[in-house]
Amino acid sequence: MIAVIIIIVILVVLGIIFAGMYNSLVGRRNQVDNSWSQIDVQLKRRHDLIPNLVEAVKDYMSYEQETLTKVTEARAAAINAGNQGPQAQAQAENMLTESLKSLFAVVENYPDLKANQNVLSLQEELTATENKISFARQFYNDSVLTYNNKIQMFPSNVIAGMFNFTTRQFFEAPEGDREVPKVDLR
Amino acid sequence: MYEQIRRNRRASWLLMGLVVTLLAALGFVIGAAVIGGTSGGLGLLGVFGIAAIAWSILGYYSGDKMVLAVSGARQVTHEDEPQLFNVIEEMTIAAGLPNPPAVFVIEEPTPNAFATGRDPQHASVAVTRGMMQMLDREELQGVVAHEMSHIRNYDIRFATLVGILVGMIALVADFFLRWSFWGGGGRRRGGGDSNDQAGAILMVVAIVLAILAPLAAYSVQFAISRRREYLADASAVELTRNPLGLARALNDIAADPRPLRHANRATAHLYIENPLKNKKTKEVSGVFDTHPPIQKRIAVLLEMAHVGPEALVPGRRAATVAAGAGAPAVGPAGVSAAWAPVPAPHEPPPPPAVPPAPPA
Repeated sequence: MIAVIIIIVILVVLGIIFAGMYNSLVGRRNQVDNSWSQIDVQLKRRHDLIPNLVEAVKDYMSYEQETLTKVTEARAAAINAGNQGPQAQAQAENMLTESLKSLFAVVENYPDLKANQNVLSLQEELTATENKISFARQFYNDSVLTYNNKIQMFPSNVIAGMFNFTTRQFFEAPEGDREVPKVDLR
Repeated sequence: MYEQIRRNRRASWLLMGLVVTLLAALGFVIGAAVIGGTSGGLGLLGVFGIAAIAWSILGYYSGDKMVLAVSGARQVTHEDEPQLFNVIEEMTIAAGLPNPPAVFVIEEPTPNAFATGRDPQHASVAVTRGMMQMLDREELQGVVAHEMSHIRNYDIRFATLVGILVGMIALVADFFLRWSFWGGGGRRRGGGDSNDQAGAILMVVAIVLAILAPLAAYSVQFAISRRREYLADASAVELTRNPLGLARALNDIAADPRPLRHANRATAHLYIENPLKNKKTKEVSGVFDTHPPIQKRIAVLLEMAHVGPEALVPGRRAATVAAGAGAPAVGPAGVSAAWAPVPAPHEPPPPPAVPPAPPA
């Protein structure tokens, strides 16, 4: 009788521990998904801001058509890469960042532009968006690290194996040797 | 961090309990001394107790609004202050909070800032006009990250309650002291000699208690702030990955000798640096300081950045940003750091001199 009670108690305690681990894994996974969507929101915001910027500066910069074209093309490429997984997307967004950097460098040469209120506020918005992207990426990578640790470390790795939790990719992981995150990107 | 949140929740409850008890005791003694007898004491105990409970509940739910109103803070929108708003949104994302806090501006030239509220969903950040004018984007980011850490830790709940409740105890005790000095006690009449004597003794006890109660309350306030400031500095660096921004901001704040007009003793501990400015450059903290010595905070941050005090000089800003100190800076430089190829390290190097290491 006592033995039965002890066994039951042990089973119940084990069940509670298992449930706790499972729930925490689900919570971590949701955090990873959510932080990924945060990056996505900011990327879209940047894509939306760029045409305004190009419009605002293009009359001043008749000699810099090449720089402007590069930005526009990089934006189009980044939007296209949106549904090709984080690897391709990160690459395209990097190109866009580079092209924006050279655009802002060129703006420095035009005193008229630097004094233009519209350009200034667009520049602030783009800087903020860049920062938000990098902070969202930082938070995403931190979330992935915690989640992957949970999946790979004992004892939660047992639960993770049973319920098919899979590790996620860092935003800039080397070659796609890990499973691509299941995220909905448009 | 979760440990921190739990501690703050518990401390908030304890504080409310403590204050209600303290005020009820104060009510009993004052009641016994002034009205006379146990019944008078119990009567005032009940009145004070209920008032204290009501005030605690009020403080919990709208303490932030009271603090903001007392501080002369005005709510602003993205259109009014785009840069401040953007920086706050950036730090909200870095901290992984669901939505950005409400943004307030205090129209004063002294640089300072504070956060208040009861949880991350009901939080506000207030920044002075002087802060926005004096600091560059990177420094502002450091300050906002510091406030965001207070919000994320639930420091704001406890600190706001302390301000509201300590303020009230001081108010009540102060009122009673003044009232008794101006002959309010003379209203006891009709009692016998023995009653008078007992009344006199109780009066003395009441006055002693009225002096001690705010002292006890203040010491709670002093005890809480100092460690929290170091901790919030450290978590701010975890968010921005840039100790120099906050270090330079603190340096600028320390350089400004003006006190903040809208701050008072009940709200002083909320600010990023003591707004009442009995600014000391000393290395040791006194018993009655609400904040750790700012030079020490700067030194800890500089150590995290592995640089000497010369990095605080504005002329070196460009150089330190180019060295990749961490978070992106203003303008074109900001674009460069955005897509570094390696995932950022999970934790900044632990501060050597910070009292408790933040739980990861």
